[in-house]
Amino acid sequence: MSTKEFTCVVCPNGCPIVVNIDDDETPVITHIEGSTCKKGEEWVHQEIENPMRTISSSVVVTGGDCILASVRTNRPIPLGRIMKVMEEIKQVTVIAPLAIGDVVLRNPAGCDTEIVATRSVAKAQ
Amino acid sequence: MSIKTIHRDVVVIGGGPAGLAAAIAASEAGCKDVLLIERDRILGGILNQCIHDGFGLHEFKEALSGPEYAARFINRLPGLGIEVMTGTIVLSLSPERILEVSTRGAIQYIQAGAVVLAMGCRERTRGAISIPGQRPSGVYTAGAAQNFINMENIMVGKNVCILGSGDIGLIMARRMTLEGAHVEAVFEILPYSSGLPRNIQQCLNDYNIPLFLNTTVTEIRGNGRLEGVKVAQVGKDRAPIPETERYIPCDTLLLSVGLIPENELTRDAGVAMDPITGGALVDDTFMTSVPGIFSCGNVLHVHDLADWVSVEARDAGRFAAAYVHEKREASRQRITIKEGDGVRYVLPQSVSGERDFILSLRVTAPWRNRAVVVRSGDKKVRRKKIVRLHPAEMIRINIGKDALAAAGGSSLEVSVE
Ligand code: SF4
Repeated sequence: MSTKEFTCVVCPNGCPIVVNIDDDETPVITHIEGSTCKKGEEWVHQEIENPMRTISSSVVVTGGDCILASVRTNRPIPLGRIMKVMEEIKQVTVIAPLAIGDVVLRNPAGCDTEIVATRSVAKAQ
Repeated sequence: MSIKTIHRDVVVIGGGPAGLAAAIAASEAGCKDVLLIERDRILGGILNQCIHDGFGLHEFKEALSGPEYAARFINRLPGLGIEVMTGTIVLSLSPERILEVSTRGAIQYIQAGAVVLAMGCRERTRGAISIPGQRPSGVYTAGAAQNFINMENIMVGKNVCILGSGDIGLIMARRMTLEGAHVEAVFEILPYSSGLPRNIQQCLNDYNIPLFLNTTVTEIRGNGRLEGVKVAQVGKDRAPIPETERYIPCDTLLLSVGLIPENELTRDAGVAMDPITGGALVDDTFMTSVPGIFSCGNVLHVHDLADWVSVEARDAGRFAAAYVHEKREASRQRITIKEGDGVRYVLPQSVSGERDFILSLRVTAPWRNRAVVVRSGDKKVRRKKIVRLHPAEMIRINIGKDALAAAGGSSLEVSVE
């Protein structure tokens, strides 16, 4: 049996969660301590199985009133695939106008997520 | 040619998270003559460059990026008929609430019924912490680097060291990594990080970026461009220990060493200041020592979460509107609030006792399982148990007016026990 400490990243509380794991062949969680909400408990299960994260970046916009539009994943992606997803985001160029929530890229690096705009960009005057 | 003076009921200075929430709240409280002044060409303030998520979990029950969070507020302005002046700088503010503003090349005077100060804060710079060495390029505040990368599409460097573990520094460690830079390490002079634990995890640990505590930058080297920094561990007195000094080659140094409320206008107006928060002294309506001038958000005290800025600014906006409409004088009865053991500052610094209020405070050191206790003399007004207390995390406690009345007295002391 082993004990692991995690910092929940779901919300700014950042609860320290201590987990006892029975690690025979497939790890079994025997005890969780410190999570102050249900989400934290779900998160730590996921974190042990396959850590997932959200990321933000930006893409180049042409013909708009600013040169970059910020974007983010609308569902978490595996931690290990972040750099691959970033590579694909860097290839994207969009044409103004752009509205918050517009999808600029689907399933980057095979992940079950969309990259959506988090800023609206009007056409340049 | 004479310069014209216009009149507005409530004037909000600053169009970031505080100003947006204050203007909306003033309008919703029934004030039909609200003016919001912003010096940038767009509203949103620092939120525009904070493209990471984590905003709005309290306000909207979802994780939004900074620009999305700002848009939720900005989109409401036209419907409420709030007048907005962007690209406008307030040059001076008098105690009589006359603002001198420069807007697109013209000077204008505005007589305000009430003023809400919401100018936010700026970053401490290398000068403010005086690191010895040469003066090469490649040394940025974390927020300036964030602006270059997220707003201007300019990458600031390839090999990066970060001094200070404030949240912006941690966020930038991840951001630079995602953009292909190598982040060598984060150095923090204190024995604990000043950023949120969640950011240590998702911005440093996730990318194997080490955080060295009790460590600081002792020298900056480079001709033209930064070539490297010397770092050393510090002793209990925070003085560098020479034997621990080592050299790290890098082309970029980001500073995330604290924020300073931007209070030039506040001082202009003769507002009494709190030397610890760097902001105004306020009462339970967020009114400063100058009647009709209110303060909220990071210009009042530096917050760690934008959501709490919005909550605080809403109150300030609402009370500013009430001041104009009710012509209410500052209440004569005053209960002062002082910091006791383990408390760095409290806010508000005085209250009327007429209403419930939120007490904001920061502690002096990290602790576990302590209680924050509010006392009037030897009578307990409120006691709140808290599992984790950290100087980087603001604590908010609601205090009921009934408990205040029951305890009586003319001063409160807040301490950690
Ligand atoms: S456990 Fe719940 S409250 Fe704690 S950080 Fe995670 S989501 Fe937030």
